[in-house]
Amino acid sequence: MSLTHIHNPAAVLQSLKLPLFSSKVSAGFPSAADDFIERSLDLNEFLIKHPASTFFAWAQGESLRDIGIHDGDLLIVDRAAARTQGAVVVAAIDGELTCKILDVRHKKLLSANPDYPPIEVAGREDLLIEGVVVYSIRKHHRA
Amino acid sequence: MIALVDCNACYVSCEQVFRPDLRGQPVIVLSNNDGCIIARSKEARALDIPDLAPYFKLKPLLQKHKVKVFSANFRLYGDISNQVMANLRLFSPSVEQYSIDEMFLDLDHMPDDMNKYALKIKNTLWRHARMPVGVGIAPSKTLSKLANHAAKKIKNNNVAVLDTPEKWQWLQKRLPVNKVWGIGSKLTKRLEGIGIRSAYELAQADPKWVRRFTSVNVEKTIEELNGQRCIELEEVPEPKKEIFVTRSFAHKIEKLEDMLRHVSRYAVAAAEKLRTQDGYCQTLYVFAHTSRFHENFYANSLVVQLPYPTSDSRTLVSFSRLAMKQIYREGCKFNKCGVGLLDLRDRRFYQSDLFRPEQSVKSEALMSALDRINYRYGRDTVTIGAEGLTGRWTMKQQKLSPSYTSSWRDLPVVR
Repeated sequence: MSLTHIHNPAAVLQSLKLPLFSSKVSAGFPSAADDFIERSLDLNEFLIKHPASTFFAWAQGESLRDIGIHDGDLLIVDRAAARTQGAVVVAAIDGELTCKILDVRHKKLLSANPDYPPIEVAGREDLLIEGVVVYSIRKHHRA
Repeated sequence: MIALVDCNACYVSCEQVFRPDLRGQPVIVLSNNDGCIIARSKEARALDIPDLAPYFKLKPLLQKHKVKVFSANFRLYGDISNQVMANLRLFSPSVEQYSIDEMFLDLDHMPDDMNKYALKIKNTLWRHARMPVGVGIAPSKTLSKLANHAAKKIKNNNVAVLDTPEKWQWLQKRLPVNKVWGIGSKLTKRLEGIGIRSAYELAQADPKWVRRFTSVNVEKTIEELNGQRCIELEEVPEPKKEIFVTRSFAHKIEKLEDMLRHVSRYAVAAAEKLRTQDGYCQTLYVFAHTSRFHENFYANSLVVQLPYPTSDSRTLVSFSRLAMKQIYREGCKFNKCGVGLLDLRDRRFYQSDLFRPEQSVKSEALMSALDRINYRYGRDTVTIGAEGLTGRWTMKQQKLSPSYTSSWRDLPVVR
């Protein structure tokens, strides 16, 4: 069994290398810009700070609509990131994975949609923060 | 000091990572082909569900207790294991991954209080990877294994530090000798023959005297049991000396063409493994047998000396097929076959011989292209024709969990 493959950020990061600069190939004069190609941009490196504690998930529903997380968005969730006031988190509530805004001060999990009431955290043993949503990715071009 | 960290009921814990609803529930994982039980959660163990028992026999008991059953999803376990191991590497610059769910960590020169450090490892692994682990810390590898064993017995803690002779001797007096790392069933019998039954009796025995009845390894084990570090961490894993790919079939096979297809698949899988360790294989082993529990039991195998060292899937497939044609016998209901690559060597140090044929440069390029395509676009994107077109492993996997970590379609959904 091969344990390495592309979609898992934890495995050796398999990156898509995009050149920082590029220039047309021309016969005769080499382009001066080619001398400045030093490294490639790696989206994994940019989006994932802790590969060993990061996972991907799909957002479903519109409970975080007002902070710009919509149905079908890709979430990058880091279990190691600090759980600060206002952080968007994935929580396990009653065995289900739910995306909420962490309100440490009032011990609540908030939504960003008036249709979804806040959840009291205090005294709930079935509630566990799984990780922090560090990025959400949304597709804008519907081809 | 050396720590041994291992995952509690690893495969079950992997199934629970993205399923918080299953944590604290009776859950089991089945072997390939849904044959027998290979992992049980604490709650499943409490229901007296035996380890390694055939699944079909236990179905009624499992249904009665609403035990959640999973087919082995080794891809998922491999991914989660990678994350676990990456997190463990944060705790020591010098480590040895011992198996998919165990790692030794060298903790010399770590300033922390060992108990605190062990707890920190445990808590970090839960937070960063959602993996419950046990941590055993002691002056030698053998003792850290014992400490880890003890850690499992300590409720809600899973951490044990054996840092003084009093502590490890207390434990050794309570453990039979077969619980000692490296003491298998044969050695246990031999040791019992000279009156050694507990781990403590082994630790107290004269190493030179015991060696006369066993081996130099047992002598080392005795030193280790007394807190002497004799077995060092193997930081770079040794390349495998042999590679085996074998499977029991979901349904018995009688036709030669089906056997050929299977053996071709296994040869391709073995060749892929061989190329990941940059190896060449000189000797091929092919076997097949019918069920031992039915009449007319038939088993046969063949060792093939290859014309030159190779890692080419096509060469290995064609010789495996030749061998299978020899082994095959009409009327037999085969239930297992396999391919072994023996006599492996490192391709990089291969010395060519002017007067002997060898693997062509073109073949290397083709295989490397094949591996890259299958790596990028998924297994079996390009296959050898002899493998057949119906998917590589026609395995019974009726209870397979989603590929949470390896397929965009199967990522966990967050509401």
